[in-house]
Amino acid sequence: MPVDMELEMFLRPKQYPMPPYPPKMITLANGKKMVVRQAKREDVPAILKSVHPCMFIKRDYYDIVSARLYGELLAFYYHRSKSQFVLMGQVDGFLVGVVNSRMENEKVGMSYHTLAIDRGLRIGSHLFAAKMEYHMEYLNQESVLIVAESPIGFRRWMVEYPLEATTIPHELGGGDSYQLTRDIYFKAKPRLVAGVRPVPQDLLDEAEAEIKFADDDTIRERIAGLKGR
Amino acid sequence: MRDVAIIGAGMIPFGRRDEDTLLEMLSYASLKALDDAGMGDKKVDAVYVGNMGAGILQHQSSIASSLVDRLSLLPAAADVVENGPASGGSALKNGFLAVASGYYDYVLVVGGEKMREVTGWRATDFVATMTHPEVEYPYGITLPGMAGMFTQLYMEKWGVTREHLLAVTLKNQEMGALNPYAHVEMTLSRDGIFDSPDAVVNNPYAASPLHLYDLCPVSDGAAAVILCPLDVAKKRGKACVQIVGFGQATDTHTLQEREDPTDLKAVTLASQQALEMAKLKPSDISVAELHDAFTILEIAESEHVGFFKKGEGGKAAAAGKTRLGGQIPINVSGGLKARGHPVGGTGVAQVVDIVFQLRHELPENRQVKDAKTGLTINFGGFGNNVTCFVLKRIEP
Repeated sequence: MPVDMELEMFLRPKQYPMPPYPPKMITLANGKKMVVRQAKREDVPAILKSVHPCMFIKRDYYDIVSARLYGELLAFYYHRSKSQFVLMGQVDGFLVGVVNSRMENEKVGMSYHTLAIDRGLRIGSHLFAAKMEYHMEYLNQESVLIVAESPIGFRRWMVEYPLEATTIPHELGGGDSYQLTRDIYFKAKPRLVAGVRPVPQDLLDEAEAEIKFADDDTIRERIAGLKGR
Repeated sequence: MRDVAIIGAGMIPFGRRDEDTLLEMLSYASLKALDDAGMGDKKVDAVYVGNMGAGILQHQSSIASSLVDRLSLLPAAADVVENGPASGGSALKNGFLAVASGYYDYVLVVGGEKMREVTGWRATDFVATMTHPEVEYPYGITLPGMAGMFTQLYMEKWGVTREHLLAVTLKNQEMGALNPYAHVEMTLSRDGIFDSPDAVVNNPYAASPLHLYDLCPVSDGAAAVILCPLDVAKKRGKACVQIVGFGQATDTHTLQEREDPTDLKAVTLASQQALEMAKLKPSDISVAELHDAFTILEIAESEHVGFFKKGEGGKAAAAGKTRLGGQIPINVSGGLKARGHPVGGTGVAQVVDIVFQLRHELPENRQVKDAKTGLTINFGGFGNNVTCFVLKRIEP
């Protein structure tokens, strides 16, 4: 569609400067290597192909998480959100998870969503930890505001870190946020933040060459299959 | 006493079965066993249901009567047998004795549990209700906590190492990945859960010295068998499985009251009784399903049953002696570790897996070649109530 760049300048929020997130490699429990890297705008259409089927899965609130993430990714794509970033996990080039977040201001981060497209390997936890790593170690923020939309999220973030309850409203739904502080993050880091750098060049090349995505049925089976891994 | 045969066996895939009620799961497993037995219009005389927690988790009682009605098996006698995680084994014992005594001819035994409709911590609390109500539970003990302490002692006394536990984890996950009924159809790698720097995050301590992947999952599932007199089974003209040995023993409720907490006396006694009744030695057993709710238990039970000397079980696991094709294949189903552990269903599921083995109907990658005898250990409480069955293939 035609874009009036003069008008666009009014629609696009100003962005805070954000140093890039350096990619890392995580060895999963099954021995597979997951490359975690920052998504670029042009990666969004490929990512959306994997998010879309998740919007119709009720189990574990995948529908609400995916639907909201889908909208947020579009906002990132169309420059309609302020200082949003997207990280993704790929195994053998296949997209296995996505997380996004944004800088509320220079000191405070606003965590959005975590979507694991394959389950049972702590992919969601690893990617959430990567998101927090970006906020704390590369954006040098003082805190991140977080809410959970699923019991699994509550267990993984609020309980495992553990996060601090606040009365600060969160952008997602307006409820009270939990907070990750630098102190909490660095205490939890040895337990919860995995990965090594640099990523071996062949793995990085494979990940960057193409974001592969499983077919809809495979994604649904992985997430909502009988096994519920 | 009459000889007793298992003429039908069935199981539903274990896992997280959000769409099914407990009664539905029990029904599906029962129907599979009834079909497998070719019961047709033949009615069963009695139904024994092994279940630990319907009253707590589903707020439902009298599930055996509900099941009989659901399956149109009226007016079969119906009982629920609750014996913690050994409920399945105890239900089978009741069915076995009922047929052996001559009182009933056809008996359905089904075990099942629906645990995934509550959060993990509520499920852990539910299982902990089997601990001592005065000196254990009020102080926050859980079964993983007990297993952690037991493992520490066992390591100190019998030289079990984390490498030994790891061998059990990797083997059982590998076998579970081949089992269509298993809850966790996923192999793990040594690199991912032990060697790599990321293993600390992937496989954290659950109850020191046990790590996450030393524990079985919390599962929904059900399994069932049909029993009848052996002479009736033989007339069917095809291979069947006889229950040739049974044993059961109890131990002190609390671990600290045991003279040696690493000594699982009830396992030793139950297996001795069962093997004696079967007139077999541990070395005569072709395949075993042991109660590996925690990896340490597979090792400890393999020693207490007599497959290996004390202190040798861990080394045997690490040397591959318990793998398919090894000296004594253990938990070829994936065990509780991978097949899953719906507590009241486990004891029956173990027997179903052995029946499949003894009928030689599993694919090559899971079939113990020429399996003739099998043994199960169903471990209730923390070893305070243990059942053991010895099964034998009967040629047509």
